[in-house]
Amino acid sequence: MISARGLRKSFGDFEAVKGIDVEVRRGEAFGFLGPNGAGKSSTMRMIASVSPVSGGELRILGMDPATDGPAIRGRLGVCPQEDTLDKELSVFDNLYIYGRYFGIDRATCRERARELLEFAQITDKAKAKVESLSGGMKRRLTIARSLINNPDLLLLDEPTTGLDPQARHVLWDQLFRLKQAGVTLVITTHYMDEAEQLCDRLVVMDKGLIAAEGSPRELIDAHSTREVAELRFGVGEHEAIAGKVEDLGERVEVLPDRLLVYSDHGEDVVTAVLDRGLQPLATLVRRSTLEDVFLRLTGRRLAD
Amino acid sequence: MALLHEIPAPLSPAAATRVLVLRNYVVYKSAWKLFVTGFLEPVFYLFSIGIGVGQLIDTFEFHGEAIPYAEFVAPAMLATSAFNGALLDSTYNVFFKLKYEKLYDQMLATPLSTGDIARGEIAWGLMRGSVYSAAFLVVMAVMGLTHSWWAVLALPAAVLIAFAFSAVCMAVTTWMTSWQDFDKITLVQMPLFLFSATFFPVEAFGDGVLRWVVEATPLYRGVVLCRELTTGVVTWESAVSVVYLVVMGIVGLLVVRRRLDRLLLT
Repeated sequence: MISARGLRKSFGDFEAVKGIDVEVRRGEAFGFLGPNGAGKSSTMRMIASVSPVSGGELRILGMDPATDGPAIRGRLGVCPQEDTLDKELSVFDNLYIYGRYFGIDRATCRERARELLEFAQITDKAKAKVESLSGGMKRRLTIARSLINNPDLLLLDEPTTGLDPQARHVLWDQLFRLKQAGVTLVITTHYMDEAEQLCDRLVVMDKGLIAAEGSPRELIDAHSTREVAELRFGVGEHEAIAGKVEDLGERVEVLPDRLLVYSDHGEDVVTAVLDRGLQPLATLVRRSTLEDVFLRLTGRRLAD
Repeated sequence: MALLHEIPAPLSPAAATRVLVLRNYVVYKSAWKLFVTGFLEPVFYLFSIGIGVGQLIDTFEFHGEAIPYAEFVAPAMLATSAFNGALLDSTYNVFFKLKYEKLYDQMLATPLSTGDIARGEIAWGLMRGSVYSAAFLVVMAVMGLTHSWWAVLALPAAVLIAFAFSAVCMAVTTWMTSWQDFDKITLVQMPLFLFSATFFPVEAFGDGVLRWVVEATPLYRGVVLCRELTTGVVTWESAVSVVYLVVMGIVGLLVVRRRLDRLLLT
């Protein structure tokens, strides 16, 4: 569906994407994971065929965005980071008019708009102005709108940023259904739980490059231990204490507010820490997540 | 969900323009009252100055023919209504869509191109200006201010004026960065309105450079063209005005397209 070789994007002197290779297959959910400024959105805009490629090769649905932009965009659904809805139109017209931009005929547009209102669970708001919708509803409308042309490939840039937990789960459920219906999803996110929930495969991007690639499980297995012991001490003590526990795990990360000790047996680590007479204010043993992978690969946390 | 059995081909340029006009039409369908004020403004000027002030003025000479003052002012208001109508949509509304609503970014996520957007928006501005002018022309005819069958052509002339200004104003708007910049538009709009031989003949500027400058401004070309058509005194100058306005509109359209490429396809 998407094939990129040595893909680059620069804005003047600034190189946002510094040569990445990506292959997205039909029917999978593919993620771009990384902190803000990693080059995810620039990559997404190039895939969406609205941003000219600065270097390398990009093929979307077998076509070249430089020459076949309109044909590619006709088969894409794009859900941008900010809800760019048409505030001057009603909820229904947002779907209907958008469909007309694709050249879909009136009757089909009306029918699709009605179905998508149902899908987004906002049928009762059909005649309302966009402004009167809640954040979650706007997001669902944006996603519904991106489906008006039955896209082969759906691009979602930070789909759940700014939503409350409940709204996120509703959205995840809907995206999961789309995936089951055979739509290929490409998602950018800086939430590791979102990536773990939704993505079959993902790449971790950092500073315009791909730091790692694989399924969430593979990445965790390859770059982290099975479990993590989180130890919280008093303010400013973490750096000093790190030296006293580093032999207890494979690796220790010092965060401003806690220590992370990587080990396959987290409980044993906590027991050993207490045995040494150290007194953490709080402890937590959990499974490794993608955030740990990211920390390992880039030395930074995802949500920065 | 109903599946689209075939992927519709991207719209032709003409069809894309129609869809964009449709979008604006749907927005304004519920706000038609905004159109009334735009129509009334030149009518008020016609009554207050053309007819009110006109009672103090005998006749004016236009291309060697004496015409009553109201007949002098009316075609100028016709041109101005096209000018104002086009200006409204292609400045404030375009700026809002471009910078705040990010409407064009939404459109570019679909098969639409920057050329489609340029054409669609200019077509809409043109239509708005034309609607004002058509209504005004009816008022003129009813009041007996048209004196020739040439006056029928004043409508396409007004459409041309609306096209030229819609295109150029939209082009200028792409360089705007904040709402304060619109003061500059007002700063150009007012003198164009007052000094384009709208209320007094261009001869009042004497025979110097000033007159040449006025004669080279676009609204003057539009005003004179309309006046020539409604009074029936068509000359070679009419053709100059037509070419002038056509070129102005096409250049504006091309500039808009290039600017949208630069601003949006980054």
